[in-house]
Amino acid sequence: MVCQFCKLKEATVHVTEIADNKVKKVDACAACAKEKNYNDPAAFAIADHLLGLGAAQKMEEASEAVGTISCDQCGYTQADFKKSGRLGCAHCYDIFSDGLDSVLKTMHKDIRHRGKVPAGIQSALKGAHRLQSLNRDLQVAIAQEDFESAARLRDEIKAFKAAE
Amino acid sequence: MIPPDMSILDFLVPASEACLRSGPHDKIVLSSRVRLARNLRTVPFPSHSKKAERIKAFETLMPAVKSLSLLGDEIFAESMDKLPSLDKQVLVERHLISREHAAKNAGSGIVLNREENVCVMVNEEDHLRMQALRPGLQLRQAWMAIDAVDTALQEKVEFAFTERYGFLTACPTNLGTGIRVSAMLHLPGLVLAEQINQIIQAVNKLGLAVRGLYGEGTEALGNVFQVSNQMTLGEPENDIVERINKVLLQIIEHEENARLSQMEKKPAVLLNHIGRAYGVLGNSWSISSKEAMNLISFLRLGVDLGVFGKTPKSLTDELFLRSQPAHLQLAHPLREKLGSDERDLFRAQMLRERTALIPKPDPQALLGRREEGSPE
Repeated sequence: MVCQFCKLKEATVHVTEIADNKVKKVDACAACAKEKNYNDPAAFAIADHLLGLGAAQKMEEASEAVGTISCDQCGYTQADFKKSGRLGCAHCYDIFSDGLDSVLKTMHKDIRHRGKVPAGIQSALKGAHRLQSLNRDLQVAIAQEDFESAARLRDEIKAFKAAE
Repeated sequence: MIPPDMSILDFLVPASEACLRSGPHDKIVLSSRVRLARNLRTVPFPSHSKKAERIKAFETLMPAVKSLSLLGDEIFAESMDKLPSLDKQVLVERHLISREHAAKNAGSGIVLNREENVCVMVNEEDHLRMQALRPGLQLRQAWMAIDAVDTALQEKVEFAFTERYGFLTACPTNLGTGIRVSAMLHLPGLVLAEQINQIIQAVNKLGLAVRGLYGEGTEALGNVFQVSNQMTLGEPENDIVERINKVLLQIIEHEENARLSQMEKKPAVLLNHIGRAYGVLGNSWSISSKEAMNLISFLRLGVDLGVFGKTPKSLTDELFLRSQPAHLQLAHPLREKLGSDERDLFRAQMLRERTALIPKPDPQALLGRREEGSPE
């Protein structure tokens, strides 16, 4: 099959578009497809299939947003993400986080985790919160010149840090 | 402990026994399942890792999972390359592993407990895919069981987790809780009443997926449908479980109503389906698995409606399981790989012999009830 635009080269890009209930078929060579702005949707088709409609478009935007970034720990690239719809390692979530949120929005209820937290992390989070609140109380005590409480809080903070 | 050379085929209970398991609402809900996806923090996800990294994950996770006291002493644990393809296929047909996992070899593994209700896949798409299964509608119980396994494992290994995104997974569709809550439903009433598409659309609108017998991308054979959540991030596990539970109770009610109204308005149509299913299954000499499953579905409906006297539903469930290719091959005297023609012959033979054990359908079970007044 030859390209319908230049009618010279072999058509390698085949696009079927459905708009307003009309089917439009395009068979073009790579150069003409690029010129006429028919991007290769095949790479996104897999993602579309996996993630549901709309996600692929978001993913395209996301991968454009992150440019040519690749993960410094596993070497995963934007193109890999685009092709498979999957990430390479835990660190990828930091690396690709910029474009990721818009992808996540199309597939999830929210983009913040609200479920189970590992016990170790939970106590660490609790610890951080406890330290924050002790420090706040200490500042208040100092401001109020309540030096008795301030001394007690100072010792408590010291003990808490030692226990960490 | 089980003998180290025991094969999975010897470890698994026979199909007849597996089908005896029962649970709430099991006329309609065949089984409940909750699966969690987890990954190690420091090793790339399996799909992107090098062989050495996969082996590292395998060697970290297999002993950790095997040592969980929650799973009991008698567990089956094996590397996927040690399992013959027939054994893997049997595991798929029992819904213990995914079709994707059956394709895995060295570096991937499986751990299964004696009760066959907790199964852990190592190095599937994620480092860990662990699932709890229960007969009937028991999503909460399944969630509690797998939650406990997950908590116990977290004392042994460190999972990839961030405060923002929760548990990190290879595919962003599983991110956060990593939870997939699903139930297998038998809905011949809704199919006959031509209401199934409406139900599927309504369920889809609630953010739930409806799939076929073996999950993603499979056909709904034998009027069996799988309902599961799609969203995993932004909602606590309990909310997801409760939401699906609620939806399932609704579907159950619709299915029950559809069966009742068919019985009331079109008992002859119902009897025709059930009677023909009985006739064909009892007299065919070659039958494809697709045809067999669709007919067994009507046989099961007949059992549910009391058309076959005291025949237990476990018998029809057994026919369903035994009609699957790997189970057929397993039952074959030579255990040889059967061609599809031979399989259809052998399937028909098995179904003839077993259908002969079921009494002829009794129309009075449907018609009689109708004459007495409105069905219960």
